[in-house]
Amino acid sequence: MIKLIGLVPLFPLIGFLINGFFGKKMSKSLSGGIACVSVLASFVVAVLAFLELQHSANKSHVIELFSWINSDTLKIPFSLLFDPLSSIFLLIITGIGFLIHIYSTGYMHDDDGFSRFFTYLNLFVFFMLLLVLGNNYLVMFVGWEGVGLCSYLLIGFWFKNTAFNNAARKAFVMNRIGDLGFLMGIILIFVTYGSISYGEVFAKAGTGGTAVVTSIALLLFIGAIGKSAQIPLYTWLPDAMAGPTPVSALIHAATMVTAGIYMVVRSNVFYSISEVASETVAVVGIATALFAATIGLLQNDIKKILAYSTVSQLGLMFLGLGVGAYSSSVFHVTTHAFFKALLFLGAGSVIHAMGGEQDVRKMGGLKGKIKITYITMLLGTIAISGIPPFSGFFSKDEILAHVYEHNKILWFLGMVTSMLTAFYMFRMLFLTFFGNFRGTHEQEHHLHESPKSMTVPLMVLAGLSVVGGLIGLPEFWGQHNWIGEYLSPIILRPDPSILSHETEWTLMGLAVLAAGVVIYFAHAMFITNDVLPENNEEKLKPWQKLIANKYYVDELYNAVVTKPLDIISSFFHKFMDLQVVDGIVNSTGKAVTGIGSVVRLLQTGNIGFYIVSMVLGVVLILLFTFII
Amino acid sequence: MLNGISINYYLLLSTVLFIIGAVGVMARRNSIIIFMCIELMLNAVNLMLVSFSTLHNDPKGQVFVFFIMAVAASEVAVGLAILTMIYRNIKHIDTDLLTNLKN
Repeated sequence: MIKLIGLVPLFPLIGFLINGFFGKKMSKSLSGGIACVSVLASFVVAVLAFLELQHSANKSHVIELFSWINSDTLKIPFSLLFDPLSSIFLLIITGIGFLIHIYSTGYMHDDDGFSRFFTYLNLFVFFMLLLVLGNNYLVMFVGWEGVGLCSYLLIGFWFKNTAFNNAARKAFVMNRIGDLGFLMGIILIFVTYGSISYGEVFAKAGTGGTAVVTSIALLLFIGAIGKSAQIPLYTWLPDAMAGPTPVSALIHAATMVTAGIYMVVRSNVFYSISEVASETVAVVGIATALFAATIGLLQNDIKKILAYSTVSQLGLMFLGLGVGAYSSSVFHVTTHAFFKALLFLGAGSVIHAMGGEQDVRKMGGLKGKIKITYITMLLGTIAISGIPPFSGFFSKDEILAHVYEHNKILWFLGMVTSMLTAFYMFRMLFLTFFGNFRGTHEQEHHLHESPKSMTVPLMVLAGLSVVGGLIGLPEFWGQHNWIGEYLSPIILRPDPSILSHETEWTLMGLAVLAAGVVIYFAHAMFITNDVLPENNEEKLKPWQKLIANKYYVDELYNAVVTKPLDIISSFFHKFMDLQVVDGIVNSTGKAVTGIGSVVRLLQTGNIGFYIVSMVLGVVLILLFTFII
Repeated sequence: MLNGISINYYLLLSTVLFIIGAVGVMARRNSIIIFMCIELMLNAVNLMLVSFSTLHNDPKGQVFVFFIMAVAASEVAVGLAILTMIYRNIKHIDTDLLTNLKN
């Protein structure tokens, strides 16, 4: 099956083409069915290839599809790489992608753009698979740009709403800034090593000199910052919640935003060589994690809470990458994909039940009305909060243990972040499902559990969120850390823990204790004392106001970047375009008309005059020739 | 020397004929006269070609003249037919009256 790995991206591409060309003529069930089956087929191939890889001695298979660019020294084949890292990402993308496709057939059922939605979704899966399967940076870049495009299309899916379109545009522009860094990184790699194939580049990585390697690593990291929503380019991700909820789950939580992590892990050779780049990654990661977590504390839109949580968790993964814990970060990507997709889909189910309401202040007391959603979301929330033995606990703990080894301050900040995470997640859960119903009477009447197509994916994901941690049990438990061992061939310097068992137990106990205390605190605040978020912004304390307004970062970017650009643009529009450019064009036209109105008089229609002019002309030409 | 006469005289005659033709074309308004003047110019050129042909002892020029005469003959046939049609339409053959294309 590994030889046929090209089939994995091919199926969604076929689904995309069918839905794109004939979607409008097909029934909804057929259109959705084709989309789901195409991803399922990819999933099956991916699983078979994954199983084959377990028994294969060679862990890195290159499958060359065709020669793509062939020009003098620049030879770039279109080839795919199937190795432990890409196999894990393949399973996440196709597996969770399939569940989300199923969910979408229920969630989008009454939407006019049903087939258009699945067209975009399939295209996204295709590009995402290309991104993780490519054997060189250019194929990755194609996928990278493609997922950005699909993200743009899906955020602005309801394109009649201007605010949604603006959010889509914001996401696209922010991503472009990162993409420029990524592209420059690729070019620098080519200039330095004369190739952009992973194998060749990584083999020669050390020959580049530290300064060059650092530049490459930092440029690539700029790309990761844009795609994975880190400071300073994170503001697009919360706005991206304008898209339909399955999109938020698939693209903006489980897969696309982890592309940055994938890229850094893939390029771990550069980061292992360059200390500076690693430190930068770690610092940006922890800053983002902490910053986004605090914003999440006071958000009232259920999807925004999850969006900031995603930003924060991605920050945590980058923190792990920065301290060299690559396999731990991939582990966290996997478990995060499970529970965050679950939480988003659960939120979608809540929104579905509430008839489009997203404000947690207007929910409450839903746990009896939508039981399956409640139970699955509870499991997801426990998983993200880091309570053993749920999946999030293991992955987060592994990252934090590595961070502790590396730097105690970063570890402390990481602990604070995970406490904040537990708090705002339980705040969301309590506000949504406990207490009294705070919506309108009409909404209460309308409350209902979602259809099977939506609840089944929730249940599957909940199961995965609970047991997902088994793939990376801690080694000091005397267990086999499967994922760490599995990924070790692609990592230049695998980072086994050097902490003593006592320290690890202490750290683990501390983490669980902290999470427990925070959850108790949240329980006391939102259930026992029944504190509701303030509706009136005037009554907020200054620090609350600061956080509720997301530290005014959007306003800052507006004032520093957008406004000056607007002013420059309007100058260029009003002066350069309307006056100078239009002036040149219009006066050319006017000059021609003016000359024409005079010269036109020569055309008398008198044959005699024409002949005289002709003869005179010939004579003049002859004279001219003789003179010269 | 051609037949005892200097080439210059042939050329002079040819030039004079050509200028008469050209001036006639420019100055006259009667279409038939203009037409005749054009023929005059053609024949002036023919004369020159024949003279040089004989001077250089090269028959190519004379062959060329035959072609010109043949073309001129067919041209006359077409030209006169056009003139007839013009006369039928405007009952006149004055070129100054043929200004329909102006607007």
